[in-house]
Amino acid sequence: MAPILNISGLFKNYGATEILKDINVSIDKGDFLVLVGPSGCGKSTLLNCIAGLEPISGGTIRIGGQDMTHVSPKDRNIAMVFQSYALYPTMTVAKNITFGMQVRGVDKATQAAKLAEVAKQLQIEALLNRRPGQLSGGQRQRVAMGRALVRDPQLFLFDEPLSNLDAKLRVEMRTEIKRLHQDLGASMVYVTHDQIEAMTLATKIVVMKGGVIQQVGTPAEIYTRPANTFVADFMGSPAMNLIPARASGSRIEISRAGAAPLVLHDPRASLSGDILLGLRPEDISEAGTRTGDHVQTGEAQVDVVEPAGADTFVVAKLGGKAVTARLAADTRARAGQPLAFGFDLAKVSYFRPDTGERLN
Amino acid sequence: MTDISAPPRRPIGQTLLRWGLYAMLFLFAFYYLMPLFVMLTTSLKSLEEIRTGSLVALPREVTFDAWATAWSGACTGIQCEGLRPYFWNSMLMAVPAVALSALIGAMNGYVIAQWRFPGANLIFSLMLFGCFIPFQVVLLPMARTLGFLNIAGTIPGLIFVHVIYGIGFTTLFFRNYYVTIPQELVKAAKIDGAGFFRIFWSIFLPLSLPIIVVTVIWQFTQIWNDFLFGVSFSQAGTQPVTVALNNIVNSTTGVKEYNVDMAAAIIAALPTLLVYVVAGKYFIRGLTAGSVKG
Ligand SMILES: Nc1ncnc2c1ncn2[C@@H]1O[C@H](COP(=O)(O)OP(=O)(O)O)[C@@H](O)[C@H]1O
Ligand SMILES: [Mg+2]
Repeated sequence: MAPILNISGLFKNYGATEILKDINVSIDKGDFLVLVGPSGCGKSTLLNCIAGLEPISGGTIRIGGQDMTHVSPKDRNIAMVFQSYALYPTMTVAKNITFGMQVRGVDKATQAAKLAEVAKQLQIEALLNRRPGQLSGGQRQRVAMGRALVRDPQLFLFDEPLSNLDAKLRVEMRTEIKRLHQDLGASMVYVTHDQIEAMTLATKIVVMKGGVIQQVGTPAEIYTRPANTFVADFMGSPAMNLIPARASGSRIEISRAGAAPLVLHDPRASLSGDILLGLRPEDISEAGTRTGDHVQTGEAQVDVVEPAGADTFVVAKLGGKAVTARLAADTRARAGQPLAFGFDLAKVSYFRPDTGERLN
Repeated sequence: MTDISAPPRRPIGQTLLRWGLYAMLFLFAFYYLMPLFVMLTTSLKSLEEIRTGSLVALPREVTFDAWATAWSGACTGIQCEGLRPYFWNSMLMAVPAVALSALIGAMNGYVIAQWRFPGANLIFSLMLFGCFIPFQVVLLPMARTLGFLNIAGTIPGLIFVHVIYGIGFTTLFFRNYYVTIPQELVKAAKIDGAGFFRIFWSIFLPLSLPIIVVTVIWQFTQIWNDFLFGVSFSQAGTQPVTVALNNIVNSTTGVKEYNVDMAAAIIAALPTLLVYVVAGKYFIRGLTAGSVKG
């Protein structure tokens, strides 16, 4: 079966500025693709290109196997939810949801039936006669979703739909969107700058920076095997530790302030020269709490201890950088005291310090 | 001992300032209302009383004769039909001219603000520039154009002139209003399948009441009160009320009928006054209206 969305060699310029460079992505039916990246990296532009709201400068976009180059937005069989919701201010909620059907000349009875179905699904039956101005942020969000759902499209497009909600509502709606995706089995492209949203929702993540795709993969791949230091740093909170080190073969040396360098042995590595050793905070433990021959221990001076309820974050200085470890709440770590850490080398990533490229 | 429960006394300086302010406001209000008062009272007096009485005195005997004369009997040159026919000329001119220029301005503003096309900014700048071209500059070219179009000296000709001259302003008003509306609205409507005109009629026009009111008041006042275009591009029978008023006041022979002149002036100004009274509060609101929050 043809992929539901296939983008190949896509370029987009505004005048002389290249906004998107050689984008290649493909998703199958039922996939939840999340485009994630810092603000201004071209996520919305890419989504607008998929929707046909912006002309493309090169490459092709196929939806359901069909070339979309000369197809207008209304004929692409898509629905889109916008960051500002873009509800029609003078129309009631009901009219907002049925406007598309009305424009397409769908008969009244079908309109009413579909409206009722969507309103029930999103629990907005009580709001149908209100105007957008009389709704709370969360309610507007639901109406915007309703307007998309009622189209029953091949492909849903979401542009940061949760970024205008407060933290609590955001988490609630996130769960709801995930449930919707599971129930409908729909294909979705979802834009966000929030890496947690990306991790929780996606079946497939595209990490972008400056209009260039940095990595495409499942959330697990992106998290455990980031393609470069940008992805390593952007995905995950607290971010992956990137510790400057020197390597020769399987021997890795990390400088320590006021002590001899810490030496680790990774039998699977064959490296040389300056490298960055990447370890997630949860892959640095307190020595003795985790065993296995891939866990190697070493001591470091603890700078800061930050209890965060379930975990305690401990910051130590290694290789001249602040390194964060996620330890148990009952850790014995004390600020100013040395502590023996365990480094899980089964989880390690190595990067070139100059280009940031992954080495293993 | 200080009594802390007593309300704080306003310092004497502030009180004086406040009274001074009120005095000024009353003075200015009086200054501006005085001529209207004189016009109104004079129009209600008989000529006899005007000659003998004081200018600011209330009429001893109220008579509407002057109003009747001004409306249907006063002479504008050789004809003595009062303002009535010209008043209707003005109506026939102003109403379509206001409606057309507002509609075209709305369309222009919509295109410039929401359908950015190459050169949109240049076109908008040129239109803005058009707002500042003095009337006198366009008189001759306009006369040629009207002649060419074969509508010189007609009411449609006057409508044409006012629509052309008004488009700069109306475009400016609507463009500045529509530019505050998020572009995502158009995008959403496009995905919903609506086209250029459908989006305008169904989404933008219903949003536009405040700016429509502003535009209508502005345009109606401009067009109704215009004298120069009226006197330049009309002929006997198609003159607007402002030109007729001028003729009444200037062409009376013998005794100057001040009461008729005053009544005529008030009649000529009445429609614009009425528009302000009815829609004035929307005018202020529209001028200060911000963006439409989604
Ligand atoms: N209409 C436009 N004209 C010129 N540049 C634009 C336009 N729209 C977006 N851009 C630029 O394209 C880049 C990507 O924008 P956008 O796709 O909105 O980023 P994101 O959604 O990732 O925050 C930004 O640098 C922005 O300034
Ligand atoms: Mg964006």
